[in-house]
Amino acid sequence: MSTPYEIVIGLEVHVQLRTQTKLFCGCSTLFGAPPNTQTCPICTGMPGTLPVMNRLAFELALRTAVALHCEVAEFTKWDRKQYYYPDLPKGYQISQFDLPFSADGYLRISDAKGRIEPKKVGIIRAHLEEDAGKSVHDEQAGQADSRIDLNRAGTPLLEIVSMPDMRSPAEAKAYLAELKLLLTYLDVSDCNMQEGSLRVDANVNLHITTESGKVVATPIVEIKNMNSFRSVERALAYEAERQYEAWRETGQELGEVPKQTRGWDDAANVTRAQRHKEESSDYRYFPDPDLAPVQVDPETVERVRSALGELPADWRHRLEVTYTLTPYDSDVLVNQGRRFVDYFVQLAELTGDGKLASNWMQQDVLREMNERGIDIVQFPIPPDGLAELLEKVKCGAVDTTRGREVLLTMLETGKTASEAMESMGIHALDDSTLIELCRELVAANPKLVADVKSGKLQAAGAFVGQAKKKNPNVNPARVREICLELIQQM
Amino acid sequence: MSLIELSATQLLAELEARRITSVELTQACLAQIERHDGRVGAFLRVDAQGALQQAERIDQRRRNGEPVGRLGGLPVAVKDLLCSRGELTTCASRMLENFRPPYDATVVARLKAADAVLLGRTNMDEFAMGGSTENSAFQKTRNPWDLERIPGGSSGGAAACLAASMVPLSIGTDTGGSIRQPAALCGVTGLKPTYGRVSRYGLVAFASSLDQVGPLARTAEDAALALEVLAGHDPLDSTSVDRPVPNYHQTVRRPLEGLRLGLVREHFGPGLDGEVEQAVREAVRVYESLGAKVKQVSLPHSKYGVAAYYIIAPSEASSNLARYDGVHYGHRTDERALADELAAERQALGPGREDEVDSALVRMYRRSRSEGFGPEVKRRIMLGTYALSAGYYDAYYLKALKVRRLIRQDFDRALAEVDVIAGPVTAAPAFKIGEKSDDPLAMYLVDLYTVSANLAGIGGIALVCGYSSGGLPIGLQLQAAPFEEERLLRAAHMFQQATDWHLRRPKLP
Repeated sequence: MSTPYEIVIGLEVHVQLRTQTKLFCGCSTLFGAPPNTQTCPICTGMPGTLPVMNRLAFELALRTAVALHCEVAEFTKWDRKQYYYPDLPKGYQISQFDLPFSADGYLRISDAKGRIEPKKVGIIRAHLEEDAGKSVHDEQAGQADSRIDLNRAGTPLLEIVSMPDMRSPAEAKAYLAELKLLLTYLDVSDCNMQEGSLRVDANVNLHITTESGKVVATPIVEIKNMNSFRSVERALAYEAERQYEAWRETGQELGEVPKQTRGWDDAANVTRAQRHKEESSDYRYFPDPDLAPVQVDPETVERVRSALGELPADWRHRLEVTYTLTPYDSDVLVNQGRRFVDYFVQLAELTGDGKLASNWMQQDVLREMNERGIDIVQFPIPPDGLAELLEKVKCGAVDTTRGREVLLTMLETGKTASEAMESMGIHALDDSTLIELCRELVAANPKLVADVKSGKLQAAGAFVGQAKKKNPNVNPARVREICLELIQQM
Repeated sequence: MSLIELSATQLLAELEARRITSVELTQACLAQIERHDGRVGAFLRVDAQGALQQAERIDQRRRNGEPVGRLGGLPVAVKDLLCSRGELTTCASRMLENFRPPYDATVVARLKAADAVLLGRTNMDEFAMGGSTENSAFQKTRNPWDLERIPGGSSGGAAACLAASMVPLSIGTDTGGSIRQPAALCGVTGLKPTYGRVSRYGLVAFASSLDQVGPLARTAEDAALALEVLAGHDPLDSTSVDRPVPNYHQTVRRPLEGLRLGLVREHFGPGLDGEVEQAVREAVRVYESLGAKVKQVSLPHSKYGVAAYYIIAPSEASSNLARYDGVHYGHRTDERALADELAAERQALGPGREDEVDSALVRMYRRSRSEGFGPEVKRRIMLGTYALSAGYYDAYYLKALKVRRLIRQDFDRALAEVDVIAGPVTAAPAFKIGEKSDDPLAMYLVDLYTVSANLAGIGGIALVCGYSSGGLPIGLQLQAAPFEEERLLRAAHMFQQATDWHLRRPKLP
């Protein structure tokens, strides 16, 4: 490493759990409804109302914690985090403070392309809390009106706090990608960053090795407002350089200044200091007397654990072992999500050829999905339909290049592989027709024949090209074979 | 006897037998309110029209032979802290002067479902903080036994309207004694149920872990009737307990055989008024004459009850009342005046120092809360905010929770030896209006005998057991193990069968 410092990164991820209703009331959590239409006296904090815990939200949170190898507390409680803000109607947020329902887990990260070394990132804790509402500042025409939308208030959030175990922006990105993948495999969140279902804050500082060999730590900065994994990576890279420059200028070390919060400005490609929230340091947490503590018995944890199903790491392993894929291939497939893997497994089973299935899925299916902007569930050809085409390719009824054209026809017309091939006039030629064709070619190309005879076997390729021109349905491998045989007999 | 002097149980019997109508009864109550409430000040609002319409509906149903609810046609007064759909629910605070909840408190819904006639809303200390009803932002309530004196609090209006025969049944809330203490000072019967027995949904929270809704009535029998309607599990309140509701009104008449009555050593120390002690000891002798065995018990940590209470209750209050900030709920300050004020302050400070002035949002919070809350509410919010602050939490809040646990253990131990603990409700009869206004601490000590039940989460009942030489009611408090309301009511009824203190009525001018 050329830089004289190590970057130390911890991430706080807020995940919106995929529940129909909010954490403490029966309101819908659907995104995008007109402001304040998904509210009730409870989530708007009306005097006298009381929260009642959503069991499903707790179940989803539990599933995630178990998948992150966290210890699940047998006794957990709810606390009030108190601060004044217009989008917080009760004047406090119901969260978990000193007894989170889970702690001490980890997530393994790696990269099949080898951009980072595999490592285990520790999870300090994962806890449940309710979301706040949204302030909408409308400053048109000098009217500094602020509006509040409480549709989001009370939505269940899972906060996952990592250890400061990451040492590069790439590791941070890998952690986020793997976490997101895990959450989608667990089906606990849709992880949509645009809709705010997944939010990331980073804590970052540097360990700088000075010329004297002493290692000093720079003050920890919290970065907010990063709206994509890409911006997380860029913000961290920027912040590392900024902190190094700041340290060279001021010499300030960890503990000498209060923790700073900076916001990422994606357009300007910089982080900017945010105004200090007033008295934000003392949230006066205390146990929420309106909610009963939650007891989680070990049987429940076991039940959740055994119902987890196969997670990304399990799938990567299984694809390598069962279908003899390379780690790279299995990684690409698994990273496409659970449904994509399901499709692959069906295709591989139907064709009996994992490698072939993998190639077609990575190249053709994925390309079509991207071009059409659809996911695998929306992909028009079911696995058995694609398997039929792959069988044709395998048995030589059509070559790979023509096979791709067949796939396009299938997608455009909705035809099966056989129907598509027929409409394209592709049919397997019988051997006598092929031999006749090859005889003609050999007779017409004495120069090529001579080349082959002198040992330039690659010259046989030219026969294949000519054969395809005469009849696009020829099987290239068979043409080559027949031509070589004919020349040998001469 | 006139209608207004009959008990709720008697009135229901009359209504069911169709010897009287609900309209007649409601009119009699309204007339009594009309005649006396100008001086007593028990009601913040009386809904004469709505009450008469409801009474008429119930009468009609009875005439048609249709079934009516448990309280069919019986007038009931409700403390102004319990939400009623579409109606003002002010908590006797300027803050919520215009608040109309779009939902019913579960207890209000239960009263409605039981076909009660909701007569009006009773006065209280602001947000239930106080023991004299002097902290109401709107009016004073006077004790019907002596109009110069306080009715107790915070459910002062709820107790006074009963004592003044304005209504046969009334609903209050008790956080540190707010049902029992005014019931005692006004000479009526008041029951604070076990925490979790009655739903808190729609009860505007003061201290969530202590608040409990309960009935005030003239007799234990009436309180049993009301509790039967109010009690039960509520899916909207996670702290309400899912266990069957006994037929209190049916069992209340059965005397307790071989009752073991506990007298708490610590209750009879210095500070207890001689006449109060005498009346309580006399009440104990009545129980002995009914076959009860009396035993001394000890609640060694009860002396820390008031201290722990005044940490825990304000801590929770400081959080519960945070929502009254002028943004979503509560009074909002005049924003134009606020903007002018800020501009003037910034100008006075000069350029470069603008940041020293509050932001408009912060100043709006400050001014709205300063204007909307009364002094006692502010005092408790400050106490609670302090107790929960970083660096003080362990020494105050956490310590108070430990004391709370010890107090509960004291009760568990004592109530393993006896069935019911008997003692005073207050150290002295009702004091004069204004007498303790300048001494908040003296005011807090009024709760000495009542806060422990809230801290321990157990039930307690207050009933009149005598009168002072000045003619003021003196209360007897009975406490029992959690969910032993049946036992409390039966014990109280036994006493009321053997005595007639509860039948006395004040002479209103």
